[in-house]
Amino acid sequence: MSNIEDMEGKACPVIANHIKVALVGQPNVGKSMLINSVSNAHLHVGNFSGVTVDKTEVLFDYKDYHFTVVDLPGTYAFTDYTIEERVTHDYLCAEEYDIIINVADSTNLEKNLQLTSELLTMNKKIVIALNMSDEAQKEGIEINADYMSELIGVDCVKVSAATKSGIEELIDAVLRNHENEKEQAKLIFSEPVEEEIAQIVWYLDKHKYEAKNSHRNIAINLLKNNKKTYTKLHDNPIWTELQPILVEANKHIELHHDSDDIKEAFAEEYASFNRGVVTEVVKQKKELEKKTLTEKIDNVLIHPFLGIPIFLFFMWGLFQLTFEIGAVPMDYIDAFFGWFGDVVGATIPNEDVRSLVVDGIIAGVGAVILFVPNIIILFIGIALLESTGYMSRVAFLLDGFFHKFGLHGQSFIPLVTGFGCSIPAYMSARILKNDRDRLLTLFIIGFMSCGARLPVYVLFAGAFFSPEMAGNVLFLIYIAGALLGLIAAKILKLTAFKGADEPFVMEMPKYRLPSVKLVWHTVLTKTTMYIKKAGTFIAAASMLIWFLSNYPHNIALEEEYGMKIEKTIDEKEKRDLQNQLSTALLEQSYLGTIGKFSEPIFAPLGFDWKMSVALQTGLAAKEVVVSTLGVLYALGEDVDEESNTLINAISKNISFPSAIAFIVVIMIYLPCLAASIVFTREAGSIKYFFYLLFFTSVAAYVMAFIAYNITKMIV
Amino acid sequence: MKTLIECKKACRVKVLKLNAATELKQRLISFGIMKGAEIEVLEHAPRKSTIEIKVGKMRIALRAEEAKLIEVEKI
Repeated sequence: MSNIEDMEGKACPVIANHIKVALVGQPNVGKSMLINSVSNAHLHVGNFSGVTVDKTEVLFDYKDYHFTVVDLPGTYAFTDYTIEERVTHDYLCAEEYDIIINVADSTNLEKNLQLTSELLTMNKKIVIALNMSDEAQKEGIEINADYMSELIGVDCVKVSAATKSGIEELIDAVLRNHENEKEQAKLIFSEPVEEEIAQIVWYLDKHKYEAKNSHRNIAINLLKNNKKTYTKLHDNPIWTELQPILVEANKHIELHHDSDDIKEAFAEEYASFNRGVVTEVVKQKKELEKKTLTEKIDNVLIHPFLGIPIFLFFMWGLFQLTFEIGAVPMDYIDAFFGWFGDVVGATIPNEDVRSLVVDGIIAGVGAVILFVPNIIILFIGIALLESTGYMSRVAFLLDGFFHKFGLHGQSFIPLVTGFGCSIPAYMSARILKNDRDRLLTLFIIGFMSCGARLPVYVLFAGAFFSPEMAGNVLFLIYIAGALLGLIAAKILKLTAFKGADEPFVMEMPKYRLPSVKLVWHTVLTKTTMYIKKAGTFIAAASMLIWFLSNYPHNIALEEEYGMKIEKTIDEKEKRDLQNQLSTALLEQSYLGTIGKFSEPIFAPLGFDWKMSVALQTGLAAKEVVVSTLGVLYALGEDVDEESNTLINAISKNISFPSAIAFIVVIMIYLPCLAASIVFTREAGSIKYFFYLLFFTSVAAYVMAFIAYNITKMIV
Repeated sequence: MKTLIECKKACRVKVLKLNAATELKQRLISFGIMKGAEIEVLEHAPRKSTIEIKVGKMRIALRAEEAKLIEVEKI
């Protein structure tokens, strides 16, 4: 085994046998779900092509064996057309593994066999998992798995990842195949092709050509113009004699198929083989309904006129819910952290430490936790969009519109994922096969406001608009961001990414009821990630910001005000002096120095130094913007019994035009440090990061300047 | 010659020829759109910019530019 060393620490030392399984299948056949039910592992599952953009490994033990299952990105055919296909293709051809599990959708077997039949010519053991067998049964489709196994010479097992049936049989079949010698798969072509195969096999036999793969498979691969097989044989002395035979054979096959493309000819060969298998093993018991449920739903959802309004309504509803329901627990969370800060603060005698804990950590983290309810609702919405299959419909509806801006309909999928978080969005941009399209999409994903920016918006919308309006404002912010993104795309397409348009060919998956467990799981993982970030990264950033805003101490200033405060008797005046002191202290702190230093740059946008600082700390992560504001306004704020919440502090201290300009900057500039790293990786070069930094910064500044001045004129 | 984009909604056709370049042709074939395949037109997006078709049991969205490359005959 190749990877025993890797296993150390992970595997139980008693188990000595390892099996490495490559999980292969077309997109949207339930590979990830199958792997979840096999191992109880937790992978992200969605109902649109391209969820698994990278290979994922899952480890588990079963009967004396240690399993490593590699979940490969879905691929329609065994080609290297898109990045995902390339990942799968290269893995299957070059990596070490023991056996392939080919996952097929039982409800659409013929289509799925297209990939299967191509896999059969590889020199690998294969087990076919006929997934979604429960769904097939409901549709009256009966597959004779035993007959199918016999017919194609590969074990076929009926499974259902959803009901977890057949899983054990599948693993047993994998074990059985692993322990036994590989059986020759029975892939039969039309007579002319078989003739040519026989001739080449005869030739290879005659020269006792040595290879791991069978001579028949080598012959098929040669006829298919498989590059790898060609290179291998090219250096062999028999090549000189073999080449003319191949040329003749290809001519013969092409003539037979009335095509000048041997790949097309073979595609037809595979298709007729698959049709043959399906005719033999599949029985359609129930009469096929004239219109499937999916088509009935599609009649409404992708209606030429109603489709887009319905989509906009869904999105509007989502943002309304995000705000309305999300606002309910906010007061409680806010009150809790206020109380928690007081309680904890009372136990700490040292003033500096108390300030660090209460004003630094608790205020900073609390400001981020406050938005957990909103985040949860938004993530539920996106998870529903993904898992029902509606996402592809929207890509269909929007392609015409997107195309005008130089984008691809499928760009919609990474873009909408961007509303959740930019990181998976950057990664899912891999479904775009053309590098230019992909780069263009990568550049504008940042315009789709991610979940981390939501707190900033909620904060400002809450501070400047009535609760009834806030949801609409939120929706407007998101739409405005998306529109700006489209305009940016058009500009980039006309300047930096000129070139021919890419074709748009996309599967529209069946509608599926979202599994509660799945949605729950996705939302849980993402929310935990958010909270974890709040507990670690944000807490650390809050501490840093607290430090920067409290030091250096200015003893002279403290003494001066201390004297003044002692002299006054009036309570109100005392409080005013106290506030003046904290403001003065804050202004001469490190953070104040940074803020003052950069203030002139941001002055044309109407930002005070606190806002300037918040924007700069926001480069690390957008949540930090809120926590920075929380720390800054908690320290320098008017200490007043009723108005100690951040929302009030903001509506009091920031003018409306400045707030609008601030939102615009947040909307456009770099999402966060982590996303920038992923962006650089996905774009393939650091130079693109600097382009992005320049592009977004300039765009943010210019747009904010315009927004500030327009709002000032109106208000 | 009739192409797929000229077909009306609910029309059933058979593919005669793919006039696409190699890469796109492979792509179409991998979706089951190949010579002899039967296609049903399900829906048009506004202004026919995109169409939804059904090949076998799979529903596929195609842009008009691609649909124009698929020669079909009515069945």
